[in-house]
Amino acid sequence: MSLDVATLRADFAILTRTVRDEKPLVYLDSGATSQRPRQVLDAERKFLETANAAVHRGAHQLAEEATDAYEDARAKIAAFVGVDSGSISGSAGGGEIVFTKNATEGINLVAYAMSNAATAGPEMKRFTLSEGDEVVITEMEHHANLVPWQQLCQRTGATLRWFGVTDDGRLDLSNIDELITERTKVVAFTHQSNVLGTINPVRQLVAKAREVSALTVLDACQSVPHGPVDFHELGVDFAVFSGHKMLGPSGIGVLYGRRELLEAMPPFLTGGSMIELVKMEGSTFASPPQRFEAGVPMTSQAVGLGAAVDYLNSIGMDNIAKHEHELTRAAVAGLSAIDGVRIVGPGIDEDGDVHDRGGAVSFVVDGVHPHDVSQVLDSLGIAVRVGHHCAWPLHRRLGIPATVRASFYLYNQPSDVDALVAGVREAQRFFGVTDEEPANGQA
Amino acid sequence: MQLESMYQDIILDHYKHPHGRGLREPFDGESFQVNPTCGDEVTLRVHVDDDTITDVSYDGQGCSISQASVSVLNELVVGNTVEQAMTTMNAFVELMQGRGTVEPDEDVLDDGIAFAGVAKYPARVKCALLGWMALKAALASAGAAEAAQGVEVQ
Repeated sequence: MSLDVATLRADFAILTRTVRDEKPLVYLDSGATSQRPRQVLDAERKFLETANAAVHRGAHQLAEEATDAYEDARAKIAAFVGVDSGSISGSAGGGEIVFTKNATEGINLVAYAMSNAATAGPEMKRFTLSEGDEVVITEMEHHANLVPWQQLCQRTGATLRWFGVTDDGRLDLSNIDELITERTKVVAFTHQSNVLGTINPVRQLVAKAREVSALTVLDACQSVPHGPVDFHELGVDFAVFSGHKMLGPSGIGVLYGRRELLEAMPPFLTGGSMIELVKMEGSTFASPPQRFEAGVPMTSQAVGLGAAVDYLNSIGMDNIAKHEHELTRAAVAGLSAIDGVRIVGPGIDEDGDVHDRGGAVSFVVDGVHPHDVSQVLDSLGIAVRVGHHCAWPLHRRLGIPATVRASFYLYNQPSDVDALVAGVREAQRFFGVTDEEPANGQA
Repeated sequence: MQLESMYQDIILDHYKHPHGRGLREPFDGESFQVNPTCGDEVTLRVHVDDDTITDVSYDGQGCSISQASVSVLNELVVGNTVEQAMTTMNAFVELMQGRGTVEPDEDVLDDGIAFAGVAKYPARVKCALLGWMALKAALASAGAAEAAQGVEVQ
């Protein structure tokens, strides 16, 4: 591995603490939220101690410095995902990166802008939905990329359709020509499943959506933190990701929108900062990204996310992806080797490796409910996620109520995988499923 | 952490050998409860005869804590009056929401005292209370609503 885990772990103070009776922390829940290095915390603190002010308003020196810091962060983040940041001063607009509260808000922003388009005049027609139109999503979506589209369909009379999932956790594209048709207005899907780890064929879906002039929306929450991602190269129209899953602060998410679309799209939230001209009779709106950033935005969080991007760049996204691939392969192999444990998602292929999957490794243990598995792991200091991971329809499709999910990041080490595998064996021992049949037929 | 403090033998025994499991007729009230954070669910029916709870039948899926809790519930309330069941429920809820500071009364809670260890783990308290939420709602739908009031299960 070309990544010096021992050295970089020293940047994450939380990884040195112990939990549950002095057990060293084994943090395998970065898919839910990642830990933050000292460099990110320092950047936020430095900003707040030296340059804090409300951005894009005020002409005093602090206001200038705060605005520069905010827009500088935007530029770094834009470059990180291969898109345009617009003018650094921000006043000229044109940027493709919009700061939101989180990724969920980013998706809602697009969905509500499409609702608002219905009453925003004929020039907004390309964003409007009505009866007979269709929105296509997938059965493996996080609720954040599912419920907003259900709601949009309810408000507009459009129909929601979705790709199914195969038994081995891949997108079932066999009916792509029936699903994506002239009626399709939006195709929204995840880059990488937060449960299965599956990496979806973005280019194939984008190509098909373009054939019918449908807009594409990519949930990149589980991809952008873990490897190189270039939205221009992928060709998506919109994409979202969250700061706190990529070593950055919570309270900040990112919406990417293709410049030409953001320039044409009506706003979602309205108020201060997002206007061009306000009269009592009516208002006009600022150019993007300001049009979509109503009110005083989160600023130290943007600065912190900029620092997180610097940190990730200093390690190298290729190195991180490679490192996580090794951990994922070891975890999938190690867990699969245990009798009574089943990986939910792509497993080890014939070549002994894993393919087109990221570091979210979900599994079930015969006879031991996921909650109980995680409780045993917790008692050993191992933090994993348990439940349906905000992907309830996916679990229903797979016929299981819940899964245990281990997820990896750059600071995880091979010994973490060993601890996980040993912990799962301990859960089996504790609940007596290695020697006897469970009395209560749990999935 | 001592796993055994949460997973008392009584709990594991109820989990592996649940009492009164399965949905039965006749019944006067039914409730379906789900824990939206984890997907655990329980459907619970009550049969009330002249103010006495003559049967509690249930089905569901979930962790050992949620499933053992509803098994204990069955043992604790079947044969009791609605009022007695409410007293038991209040005691159980108080125990579970006490963060481990409440000393359970074995005369009231019987096997339910085994859940004292669970009360120290806030994430699992909801599991233990799932069946009791269902009991409260099922009694309400059975017309024993008045008696079921005054118990706030969070």
